Amino acid sequence: MQDLLAYTIFGLVTASIYAIAASGLVVTYTTSGVFNLAHGAIGMFGAFIYWQLRFSWGWPAWIALLLVVFVLSPIFGCGLEKALMRNLTDATEATKLAVTIGVLVALVGAATWIWDPNLSRPFAAFYQGNKVDILGVPVTWDQLITVGIGALCAVGLRVLLYRTRIGLDMRAVVDDRALVLLNGGRPDRASMFSWAIGSMLASLAGILIAPYIQLSVVPLTLLVVNAYAAAVIGKLRSLPLTFLGAAIIGLLQSYAVGYLPTSTVQWMQHVPDTIPILVLFVALLVLPHQRLRGHTGRRGRESFPVPTYKMALIGSAVVVGLACALAPLLSTQPLFSMSSGLGLGIVGLSLVPLLGYGGQISLCQMTFAGIGAVVYAHATGGGSPLGLVVAFVVAAAVGALTALPAIRLRGLYLALATAALAEFCDTFVFGLSSVTVFGHHIPLFGNGTLPAARLQVPFVDVSNDRVYLVVLAVIFCAIGFGIVALRRSRHGRVLLAMRESPAACAMLGLRLTTVKLAVFSLSAGIAGVGGALLAGLSTQVAPDQFSFFQSLPLLLLMMAGGVGMVSGAFFGALALGLFSTLGTMSSLFSRGSSLLPGLVGIGLGSQPNGVASDIGAGLSALVRRRGAQVPAVETDVVTEGWDEQCIEWEFLGMDGRISRREQQILDDSLGLKVG
Amino acid sequence: MSALLEFREVSVVYGGVTAVDKVSMSAEAGQIHGLIGPNGAGKSTLFNVASGLVQPRQGTVLLEGADITAMGSYKRARLRMARTFQQLELFGVLSVYDNVLTAAEIRRSWARDHSDSKADALQALERTGLAEMAQERSDRLPTGLARLLEVARALATRPKVLLLDEPAAGLNEQETRTLGKLLIGLADDGLAIVLVEHDMDLVMQICSVVTVLNLGKVLLTAAPDDVRKDQAVLSAYLGSAEVNV
Ligand SMILES: Nc1ncnc2c1ncn2[C@@H]1O[C@H](COP(=O)(O)OP(=O)(O)O)[C@@H](O)[C@H]1O
Ligand SMILES: [Mg+2]
Repeated sequence: MQDLLAYTIFGLVTASIYAIAASGLVVTYTTSGVFNLAHGAIGMFGAFIYWQLRFSWGWPAWIALLLVVFVLSPIFGCGLEKALMRNLTDATEATKLAVTIGVLVALVGAATWIWDPNLSRPFAAFYQGNKVDILGVPVTWDQLITVGIGALCAVGLRVLLYRTRIGLDMRAVVDDRALVLLNGGRPDRASMFSWAIGSMLASLAGILIAPYIQLSVVPLTLLVVNAYAAAVIGKLRSLPLTFLGAAIIGLLQSYAVGYLPTSTVQWMQHVPDTIPILVLFVALLVLPHQRLRGHTGRRGRESFPVPTYKMALIGSAVVVGLACALAPLLSTQPLFSMSSGLGLGIVGLSLVPLLGYGGQISLCQMTFAGIGAVVYAHATGGGSPLGLVVAFVVAAAVGALTALPAIRLRGLYLALATAALAEFCDTFVFGLSSVTVFGHHIPLFGNGTLPAARLQVPFVDVSNDRVYLVVLAVIFCAIGFGIVALRRSRHGRVLLAMRESPAACAMLGLRLTTVKLAVFSLSAGIAGVGGALLAGLSTQVAPDQFSFFQSLPLLLLMMAGGVGMVSGAFFGALALGLFSTLGTMSSLFSRGSSLLPGLVGIGLGSQPNGVASDIGAGLSALVRRRGAQVPAVETDVVTEGWDEQCIEWEFLGMDGRISRREQQILDDSLGLKVG
Repeated sequence: MSALLEFREVSVVYGGVTAVDKVSMSAEAGQIHGLIGPNGAGKSTLFNVASGLVQPRQGTVLLEGADITAMGSYKRARLRMARTFQQLELFGVLSVYDNVLTAAEIRRSWARDHSDSKADALQALERTGLAEMAQERSDRLPTGLARLLEVARALATRPKVLLLDEPAAGLNEQETRTLGKLLIGLADDGLAIVLVEHDMDLVMQICSVVTVLNLGKVLLTAAPDDVRKDQAVLSAYLGSAEVNV
């Protein structure tokens, strides 16, 4: 009984922190329409600054806390909104996410650059050492404070949203900016305010949780996954359900720590860490089906030409030629960097059909690559090409399983599910030393890494690293060719059609879930092949090579290269190779190595199409000696789902909405219903 | 004649606002059924209910007598219902031809017949007069032609029931006449067409029945001439000066 109470109290403490983080996420998302994946990273950064002020410079706790939470965080949030997020109102979902991922990656890069990750930084809780006794359970002051702050946030948000002018604007702003303007509100101000609030709550959560999970960059950044697991229970818009979700996750996690045999059964060790992810998947499964809506996000603005086989041939010749020319010249380090760049490029190719054509976002391509690598390591004793097939099949199957719960929902939920899978593999699967399936003992990462053979090709000595570079280039081109063929087929047209208008596709009789599932599996399979080839490069599988944090820069660079084209993946691969070469040259650069991809990602906000089409257009203009100007495509107004994204305080359906009269004003003001 | 598509007492509520209020209406094979009413009357919402994008609070939708109220959009399309969107839903990056071809190919994949998608696509373009700009990127089309392309794309699925949401907005007189002829031809082929349109001349000329909606309610369903004379209809339109009755 005593135990149960202790675990419950501890669960409530964690729940409070999750609730603080999650409510910040919900407020920014519903008000500004941008789902902030950098939420955890902002909290991480806040916690580090707090540590700097409080423990490194010895400031009093309350000054440091007030400065970080009430001054620096809101300034940062406002700055983000003004500089980046405001311009994203008419961007596609993928671009919005990419920009926040850019912020995440850049913050992680900046933090590792400023605060050497190899030093340990003790982070004492508030009033460390002081305890009170509640029914015989000792509870620290800081735990009480945390729960208190959680409750305060709940009350504060309720008052803010329902008792203030800005709160009214915030509730209405996603419904319609025009309506807010009409009523004398200031939609931009509401959006900026929501980012300020979001950043404050993120920092607060980061500072509160740091004593429990230590001050280190990655776990604090990944707090966002736990937070959005709670928010998904609230369908990303209901605050009370979000608090409820946080409570469920916090308590379950605490009970898991308390009652599962985590210290005696080896594989159970990390199960409590996976609780938020498991809850997330269950929540996705039970979320009601979302109706398609016409005219949701912006359509893609890009103008990628339909690739021709001739272009593909020329491109392949260039890539393979380049590899042949560079292979004998490069010294060991750059050779390795370039090879791994190409391997990553193959993983990146998997994004072309998925994201470039189909418009579906995945944040875990490196996880699929890792799965491919592990499978390949086991499937082939001697590196037979059959291993690649097995890697493809298994990765594709895992991909299908991941996508299944989220496939009925909007693209954002799919992205969230993929990130959750990535974290699940990071914290659990890639930490296993071995698994036993049907009595077969399969060794995994017991020794830290898993040995893998390099692909055997008849008549070619692939054990030579220089030859392997050329082999990788050839495989890259072969897969690229396949993707070009896909794009030219009716399946390619269907994928683009689905990206452009899911509602119209459904009304033509297309079953969207099937198409999404198919392309997601295909993409996961290709990533798996890429992973197998990467494993062959270093002849081993190291789990951190395939972590969540590797997927993000990859995604950003592929988008920057131009994910709608195979050549875009090549530019992305080239950039990855170059960055990693630079990283080996200077330790300072390698510590801040994610800063660059982060900045690239942030730049996607203004250049969502990447460089490939520009380079392509430039080249063809050169060839034809006439600079055909591509006329800018007009962007039309977005009407984001109004009945979908209004912050709810009350439980579902009890919220009052805008009146009929207001609706009329809105219709007229927008000229929506053209007469 | 039989009702292909039928709404029975359909109501839709958006966050407390009743956008469609107990609307009953039916579209018969071989007829063009006009659906008119001022802005915000609920016409597009009714189409969304028919096509499964909006779930009604109450009421049922029947297609050839079968209840399809809870059916997914893609299944309705496979029962040969097609629609156009007032807020365009074209596949912007695809060419005009590829828009229509994709529709025909999707139809072929679920109909599992051996029809020639390319021929279907070309025919749909010919009928709507878009054949000349087949290679144009569809998001570069002026809105009027883009609306026609929506019609062409819907036709490429060989529908029995066709829901058109303001297809003539942005067309010039000549183009409107061509569209009118096309619709009459389609009705003669046995399609049931529901036409939402603000161009009253067109509606009065080609529709055999007209339903007038106002504030989500049916004001009246009658032959075009009777609608023209009806006092309630006139007063419903008073104040919305854009529409000439
Ligand atoms: N997604 C939505 N959320 C909330 N209200 C909506 C939504 N769509 C339409 N409405 C409202 O429903 C009413 C009917 O709209 P609509 O069917 O588009 O009218 P019409 O097509 O006749 O001009 C309008 O008052 C409109 O503002
Ligand atoms: Mg309408």
